[in-house]
Amino acid sequence: MYEILTGPLLWIAFAVFFVGLAARVVMYFMGLDWRLDRVAYKPHMGYGLKGAFRSVYRWLLPFGTYSWRAKPIFTIMFFVFHIGLVIVPLFLEGHAVMIRNGLGIDWPAMPQLLADVLAIAAFLAGLGIAVRRLLLPEVRILTDIKDIMLLVLILTLLGSGIIATYHTANYSFWITLHVLCGVIVLLAAPFTKLSHIALIFCTRIQIGMDFGIKRGGMKSNFDW
Amino acid sequence: MPEGTICNKRPVATREDLDALLADSNGKKYYAEMEQLDVDAEKLWATIQKTMKSRTKTWLDICAHCGLCADSCFLYSVNGRDPKQVPSYKIQSTLGEIVKKKGNVTNEFMRMCMDTAWSKCTCCNRCGSFCPYGIDMGVMFGYLRGLLHSQGFVPWELKIGSGMHRLFRAQMDVTVEEFVDTCEWMVDEALEEWPCLEIPVDKEDADIVYMINAREAKHYPEDIVEAAILFHVAGENWTMPSEGWEMTSLSMFAGDWEACKMQVETVYGAMERLRPKRMVATECGHAYRATVIEGPYWAGRPDGQPPVECLHYVEWVAEALETGKLKIDPAKRIKEPVTLQDSCNYVRNAGLRDCGRIIMKHIAEDFREMSPNKEHNYCCGGGGGFNGIGRYRKQRNVALKMKREQILATGAKFVIAPCHNCWDAIRDLEEEFEIGIRWSFLKPLLIKMLVVPEHLLPQE
Repeated sequence: MYEILTGPLLWIAFAVFFVGLAARVVMYFMGLDWRLDRVAYKPHMGYGLKGAFRSVYRWLLPFGTYSWRAKPIFTIMFFVFHIGLVIVPLFLEGHAVMIRNGLGIDWPAMPQLLADVLAIAAFLAGLGIAVRRLLLPEVRILTDIKDIMLLVLILTLLGSGIIATYHTANYSFWITLHVLCGVIVLLAAPFTKLSHIALIFCTRIQIGMDFGIKRGGMKSNFDW
Repeated sequence: MPEGTICNKRPVATREDLDALLADSNGKKYYAEMEQLDVDAEKLWATIQKTMKSRTKTWLDICAHCGLCADSCFLYSVNGRDPKQVPSYKIQSTLGEIVKKKGNVTNEFMRMCMDTAWSKCTCCNRCGSFCPYGIDMGVMFGYLRGLLHSQGFVPWELKIGSGMHRLFRAQMDVTVEEFVDTCEWMVDEALEEWPCLEIPVDKEDADIVYMINAREAKHYPEDIVEAAILFHVAGENWTMPSEGWEMTSLSMFAGDWEACKMQVETVYGAMERLRPKRMVATECGHAYRATVIEGPYWAGRPDGQPPVECLHYVEWVAEALETGKLKIDPAKRIKEPVTLQDSCNYVRNAGLRDCGRIIMKHIAEDFREMSPNKEHNYCCGGGGGFNGIGRYRKQRNVALKMKREQILATGAKFVIAPCHNCWDAIRDLEEEFEIGIRWSFLKPLLIKMLVVPEHLLPQE
């Protein structure tokens, strides 16, 4: 099982992930329509890019926007969750070894202790986000089965990875579960809400251009 | 009965159509007919396929259901944090469902969508600035309103308003002759106090063309004279067009994009005919949004700009005060605490947050900011057509509570509202809650405070 998962299937999953997300990004920008969106993107590209940059930058900063500052606990959970999910998979020693062996690239890795801290923190933040989803009426009303499944998938991915790191008695079970979840995430990303991995930048760029070009950006910068 | 006699998918095309609608009392017959109105699912789905592109599709698709938009919405807050007032829920349960069902929805569902689109969202766009993805539910509600309008599910008053624009190129039945007459007699009355005052109509190549809200011509003509006095004192070379002076667009509130185009093209026609250097718009938020921000797109102008540079009234006043064209008598500045209502349409959605502050610096000694303010200010409570729809009056009155709280928190009893919609909402707020406030546009205040050059005063 483990061999199949880490063999050709993993490469297929990566291909689906990158090609799929790239296709969604291309389709997104091709599908923008200056008349229907009511934003003259091309004639004011300078203002547009400035607005887009500010819109992405401010939202990438923890507490960088009014919205982040209005909900500090959620903001902390959000950033801890996402930082863990982006940084750890890329620079974990265990992953770096696979990349070095598979691609022959000298891939950097982060100290194991840091990776552990980030991963466990991300797991706890993810749990917090799940609890919030179930507790707050304004979030519960929006929640559907897909949202729950996605959270379960990501928490299983994180949890099994953390447990496997400690080479417990059932190592092969946990590592197989971990890789399985990873493969599912890669395969599902372009077709589910996980597509926000790439599309969040698209939508933030678009709304930034909207405010930058049409809704006042030529007179004052929107203070996100 | 697939189509009613007054509630149907056809927009108002003749005076008879309009009179039939107006003859209905409070839209009673209209809404009764609406209950029988057929949904043309095929046409609805075809329209969606043609007009819903990647921006809206992606917005509906990737919403993380995080609920961060909830507290951004004043309607959610004032309705006891009702989960059904969460912006994401409101749009997913209406537009989202129509899309999921490929347009196969019932009459009852469409009426629910209408009630949501016009009584649970004022299109203030505040939620859009609180969503991490930048999903602007106000924009989507605008889109939904368009779909609902195309199927005949639009509030009675807005079908009338939109019809007015189609027939008169104004939100009220004011003809070219009536408008010019109004200007003339209003000036005549003011001449005693302001010798040489004039409203130059259809003057070509002026520095400024001034455009207004039809309400001013119909119900508040003193507003036009006040504008004339201020231009006169500032020494501006200005004019008003006999045709194309109306900047508002109830058709924008109605989602009647065809009427929006007709209306704004008349306004742009006046600009092109008179070739002014700049246009100055009256103290109205949605009129500015319609003519300056959205209008160019309705008219299909690829640069997204109106034919000439356009200023909202607050921009012109701020400029006139800063350059000294208008001078304020320091002794006549507002002494009492005063606050300022930021209109969503020209502050959040058009970047004019600083103008109001510049003006307040000149005219007020104790200016109190609302909180939140500027681009994060809350809607007055009556935007997007909410003020004018009888069917939703109760909901609108609840919606006013947020502004009431904001104003009370400033400690000011005087509110400056340079926007017709906000002005109305704040007036109704006082009527409804009696918190002892007064409210005003800028023009009458400025006139009282001006230093008037000697040669403009009446000769004794």
